[in-house]
Order: sequence, then C-alpha cells, then structure tokens
Amino acid sequence: METIDSDIVIVGGGGAGLRAAIAAQEADPKLKVALVSKVVPMRSHTVAAEGGSAGVIRDDDSLDNHFDDTVSGGDWLCDQDVVRFFVERCTEEMVRLEHWGCPWSRKDDGSINVRFFGGMKVQRTWFAADKTGFHMLHTLFQTSLKYPGIQRFDEFFVAELLVEDGRVQGVLAIEIATGKFFLLRAKAVILATGGAGRVYSQNTNAGIVTGDGMGLAYRHGVALRDMEFVQYHPTALPGSGILITEGCRGEGAILTNKDGHRYLQDYGLGPLDPWPRPKAMELGPRDRLSQAFWHEERKGNTLTTRHGSAVNLDLRHLGAKKIHERLPLITEVAKTFAGIDPVHDPIPVRPAVHYTMGGIATNGRTETSLPGLYAAGECSSVGIHGANRLGSNSLSEIVVFGRVAGEAAAQYVRSAGATSAASLERQAQAAVTRLEALHQHERGERVAVLREALGECMEKNVGIYREESGLAEACSTLAELRARWRAGVKLDDRSRAFNTEWLSAIELGSMLEVAEAMAHSARERKESRGAHQRLDGYTERDDERFLVHTLAERRGDEAPAISHRPVVITTSAPRARSYGGAGTKAILT
Amino acid sequence: MTDTTPTPATGRTIEIECLRFNPETDSAPRFQSWQVPFDDDTSVLQGLQYIKDHFDGSLTFRWSCRMAICGSCGKMINGVPQLSCHAFLRDYWPNKVRVEPLANFAIVRDLVVDQNEFLDKLESVKPWIQPCENRSVADGPSRQTPAQLDQYYQFSQCINCLLCYAACPQVGLKPEFIGPAALALMHRYNADSRDRGWEARADVANAEEGVWGCTLVGYCSEVCPKGVDPAHAINQNKVNSTMDYFGVRKLLAPKGGAR
Repeated sequence: METIDSDIVIVGGGGAGLRAAIAAQEADPKLKVALVSKVVPMRSHTVAAEGGSAGVIRDDDSLDNHFDDTVSGGDWLCDQDVVRFFVERCTEEMVRLEHWGCPWSRKDDGSINVRFFGGMKVQRTWFAADKTGFHMLHTLFQTSLKYPGIQRFDEFFVAELLVEDGRVQGVLAIEIATGKFFLLRAKAVILATGGAGRVYSQNTNAGIVTGDGMGLAYRHGVALRDMEFVQYHPTALPGSGILITEGCRGEGAILTNKDGHRYLQDYGLGPLDPWPRPKAMELGPRDRLSQAFWHEERKGNTLTTRHGSAVNLDLRHLGAKKIHERLPLITEVAKTFAGIDPVHDPIPVRPAVHYTMGGIATNGRTETSLPGLYAAGECSSVGIHGANRLGSNSLSEIVVFGRVAGEAAAQYVRSAGATSAASLERQAQAAVTRLEALHQHERGERVAVLREALGECMEKNVGIYREESGLAEACSTLAELRARWRAGVKLDDRSRAFNTEWLSAIELGSMLEVAEAMAHSARERKESRGAHQRLDGYTERDDERFLVHTLAERRGDEAPAISHRPVVITTSAPRARSYGGAGTKAILT
Repeated sequence: MTDTTPTPATGRTIEIECLRFNPETDSAPRFQSWQVPFDDDTSVLQGLQYIKDHFDGSLTFRWSCRMAICGSCGKMINGVPQLSCHAFLRDYWPNKVRVEPLANFAIVRDLVVDQNEFLDKLESVKPWIQPCENRSVADGPSRQTPAQLDQYYQFSQCINCLLCYAACPQVGLKPEFIGPAALALMHRYNADSRDRGWEARADVANAEEGVWGCTLVGYCSEVCPKGVDPAHAINQNKVNSTMDYFGVRKLLAPKGGAR
C-alpha cells in the first residue's frame, strides 16, 4: 500500500470536484489538493448535461424570481436560506466560467443569450448550444491544469473513507490500472461523486453514476437526506434512456400523444397559447410532465414502440436552421440512437430517472455532520432542490457549491490537527482485507443478476407513483438483495490490472444501500409532494405533517432508521403550486 | 460500472471477436470470440456489455455515457477507430465484428489503452484562457460576437476520445508528436478572441513535435465523431508558426475583440 499526503482530497472530478479544486487553490496556492476520480475528469457525468445553467442576467428577471421559481418548483421543501445564498451566486459563477473560456451561446451583439426552461418565469438559462455540461466540464478541466497544486489521480476508485478521532482523515483508493491500494491522507475530504440514477434500469445517467460517495458517507454515519425525491426527466429515448434535453421545449418543441393532442393541457398546464408562455404547457416543471405521461399511458393514449410506450416530442415547426444551431447534439443523438431526424419527424420520448434530489446531508455551506467531510453537487443534499429540482439549477449548483466546498475545506485545514498515521494505516488495512475478500470470491451470483434485479425493483415500486404495497415490497426485496450481495458475488476476473468486474461489485454494494434509503424514505413520507407521488390515500401534499426533510441513517445490515427534520422557511410560506393559466393568475394577484 | 443489457427481439446473433491481453498472465495478445444476440439498435458497446454480463466478466473495456459525449469508449472496430457506443452491430452482420484497442497506444489490459502520455500532451499546450485584459467578475461577461465564436467553436467540440491519435500514422511513427487533438485544442484557445496566449504556446506549436510533425494525411479529421477538423487546425498553425518565424505574425494577426 502506497501512502500519499495532501491537505485536501477531492473525490470526483466532475464539475463540482473541479470547481472545488480550483477554489481551494485560489484560497491558498500552497495547499496540496489531490483530485481523485474513477475516470479521467472530462469523462465525468457533467459532460452529458445538455440544456443549460441558471443565472439571472436579463433586465426583466430578478433574484426574487429565481428564488420563487426554485422554492415553488421544489414544492416548498427547499431550505430557503440556502436557496437565497445560491441564487445570489449563480450569475457570478457563470461569468467566471465565461472568463475561463466557456463558449456560451451569444446574441448578435456578443452579449450572453439565455433560453427558457421548465418552471421559470423568465429566461434565465445560460447555454452553450445543447452541450452546456460538456463545455462547462471541459472549461473547468482545462482551467484546472494551470494550478500546480492540484495533483490528479485519474482512474483511482475510492473504496473507503478513513475516520479517526471523530474526523475524516483520508481515503483508501484503488489504482484501477494496477489494482494497487493507495492510502491518501488529508485533513479534509470533499465528496463530489454525483448522483445514483443507475439504481434504476431506465435512466439518463452515464454508467459511472452509481452513488459511490453517498455510500461512503452513509457507511460512516452521515445521513442521506430526502432520498425519496428522485427526478424523472420527461423526455428520454425509450430503451436506452438517453436524454433529450428540456432545451428542446425551451426552444419551442411540443409534446403530443398518439392522437397528436397536446395532452399537457389536460393536466393543469394549459392554455396552449400564447406560446411560449412561461410556466405553461411544455415549460411546466419536470415532475408534472412526467406524471402527465403516466396518466396518458394509463388512458392508452401513448404510442407503442419496441422499447415500451412513448409520446412525441415535436420540433419540426422550429425549422432546420434553429434546430441545427440550438440543438445539434439532440439532432445527432436522435439520428444515431432512434433513427429519427427531428427536422422531419417527431422524436418518441418517455420519462426516465434523471437526478437524485436528495443526497449526503450537508448544511448550507457543504459541511456534513462528520468533521472534515464536505459534499457538493448531486451527491449532496445542500437544501436547494426540495421535492423537485428546477431544470438548469444543477449545473449552477455544481459551480456555486463546488466553490463553497473548496473554500470551506481550505479554511478548515488551517486549524485541523495532524493526521494519525498508525491508526489510519490499520483502518486502511482492514478495508483492504474486505476488498481483497470480494476480489477473490468464487461462489455466488453474478454482478449483473443482482444489478438487474435492483433496477427492476426500483422501476416497479419506487417510480413516478408509489404506494404502500409496492414500497413494502421494495424494502423487502432490497434487504434480500443486500443479503445476497453480502453472501458474495461471483467474479470471473482474478486479475489486479483494470479489473472492472471487481469495481462494479463494489459499486453495487453502494447502489443497494442508496436504493434502500430511497425506498424506506419514500415509505415514511405519507403525502404527495413534487417528485414523490402516492396513490394510496396520501395523494395530497400534507404541510401539517410533512413539511420536513427525511433523514435516512444506516443501521448496519438492518433497514435504515428514518427520521424527519424541519425545513427552513424564511420568506415564502407554502402555497399551492400553480402552473399554466392558473400560475399566471397567481402571480398577477 | 453498470450497463443496460439489450433485449434481442430479432433472434439474430453476431460473432464478436475481441483482442484479449492480460499483462499478468499473457505474453502476447490473443483473440476470443462470442456469439452475441442483437437487435436493430444494439451498439458494439452493448454487445461488449452483454459478453461481460453473461459470458465472461473478465473482459475489460472503458465506457460511460453511452451517447457519444464522454469520449471513453473508443476502440478499433474492424480496423477503424470508432466510439463503440456509436457503432451498431446491424452494420456488420452477417459477418463477424472484430474489436481491438485503439491503435498507436500501449495496451493496459484487453481493450483498455494507456492514455497518460496523451494527457501530458494535452497539458503541454496550456489549454486555458490567457486573458487579453484582466477582467474581474464584477465587470461582467466579455462580449464575443457569434462570428468571433465561430472562429474557434468547432475546435472546442473535441471529446478527447483519441480516435484521431489511433488514425494518425505520425503518432505511430513518432510518439513524441503532440498529435491532432492536443494541437486542435491549442488552436481552440489561440483562435479565441478573449485569449492572447500564442506567445506562451508558441514553443510547443513551432517545435518539430508540434505542428511541423504533421504530414497532412488528414485521417484524423475523417474519423472525428464530433466534426472537429484537427488537420485544419494544425495547418492553420503552420501558417502562424511560419509568420512567427519571420516575425510578422504580430503585425498581421492582432488579437483583440474581447471587450
């Protein structure tokens, strides 16, 4: 086992991790920052974000608007102090990215262009065509190269946090190319590992989005918060789950059922015209659109494809020029993966799991309950998304809170004591023994068998609509799958070098625990709010009992303990969430 | 690293032949074949995932986004550098499809190549904005017209998938050649109206391993899955490099436009 000393270890090299690394360097260039990623940073899932990133810049917009859209979009489960902090910092982060070279789309005069996005009153979404995440990630990665204090550990898999004297003091990582173990000591650790969408079989996420960081923190006593809120994106390709950006609708695409009817008007999202009308029809929020699909499917109004039911996303009226200029990636993706040219034919789409609103519980400054441990980006629950994330707030989140985490960790290491060498080594060795045993296991089920069972269980029971019987089934199935995983998975691969089967077995361990936190959290939330909708007598939002966060705490091999905590309300008292014509009325009055 | 197993509806199968190499047990690479069920939209990547899930968990390859944007899954597919998520089994059937690691790179294991030298080359071109003027965030965004954006935009599309390195004969003959993707990225910043970093990057551009290492084969641009034209970027910089040599570049190509 090799030992590396740094001041801060950042786990994850996507947007949040890179932004944290740069912030820590700018706070103190003498700090040694170890940036550890299981892929090369530019492969991180940030790369796949398409539509854009929120930041108030138009004269007809305001921070209050961004605050209101976020809080009402989140069905009042957002911590309003944190949302305020967030919206005040989005624009400066977008400007900073611009100064670092991000190729934001422009108006003719060279100023920044912004597009409409779901659930917004005013255009606020900065975009770089429909490759916004790609451009932000590459800009951050390339900018990070100028800081000599950032030492990268590309393709290192972090398998364990090392905690001693009540504070985190490092991580144990596997160098994927060789299978060698590395003990990375540090006074602070930032988790920026992304979400956990891969626990569902139909999802828009890259293969690496397996909830690793959530699992790491959870196993060390940090609660996972609001895990029942899993966002379905209403427009993904059936079968593959590949994302077709909300930017399509922002640019004017419409959704129709098998009869060509714009069905969203039947679900409180009308009227049809005038178009585009903020917060109406296709510019409604993701939870409402995904739920409308579910109802259309039940009514038999959806199209049948080889990969299940779908509706049509129609861009044709935008014309070839606009489609090619604003949505080039979507055009390419639709052609390649669905055989559809959106200039001439509508794209068949259906909802797929997209984003985990919940995550590692942090305060509004990214600190977890474990001293020295910070979390930022999708793996965290910092308090801004509530029950349903507003589209284009996640790219803003990774830079706003990535920066906060980098600065907070830099501040913390100044006063943190030295790491405890001998005991860390003992702990790391114990983890190595566990991981070696997994590596050498010769009996049991294949990784793929358990993973498929997990994905099906979540789709069936913890989907767009939930009920007690399905959630109870999910809880018992997940407990059983965890037991089967503990009994050992059978690996064909006994090698050390680039053993991805071994890594996928470790990932599966985290996925099962994160999924269990989702199912139990959902079962205990006996109301319907945002992305969590129940059919079994709890069909309404219940602010009396459930205007609270859910905390899932790990209890070893047992089911997690679920408790609730108050939500921070500062200025916006909960009221009905209204979209479409009703929403306009509500705003005007 | 999980995946989505394809559901074969057509009942067809295809032979996938993969190069195998394990540094711990093999003295030389070998080939191994499997019969894999596939559908009209099954990618080569999904074929590999099927093998790993059902036949042999030790087959090793990189992949992630499965939608041609992360750049992880490049392979030689029937001798052509391609993203394996972007190549479809239907196009090879009824013949077999042969999958090998990207050419011109050392093999780490099976279909995985060593990309460390590439990453060093990428860093060597100093691919970050060296600003024309010191603007603070309070000054707001720089102006950049759509025409100025066009000057570098296509070169900012590179996903670092390394297909161009596998296609480039010079990379094979002369490993120190900085190569297409890194030189295209250098040009991406040089051509940006907000940047004045040419001088800082000139040593790399002007060197034998820089733009002059390119022999103008142009296969790099042909295999690029994102429509980047690295050959064009490199040869445009041969002009810049020549003007640099004669000391006229500064006079003819003043930077600016970012206000």
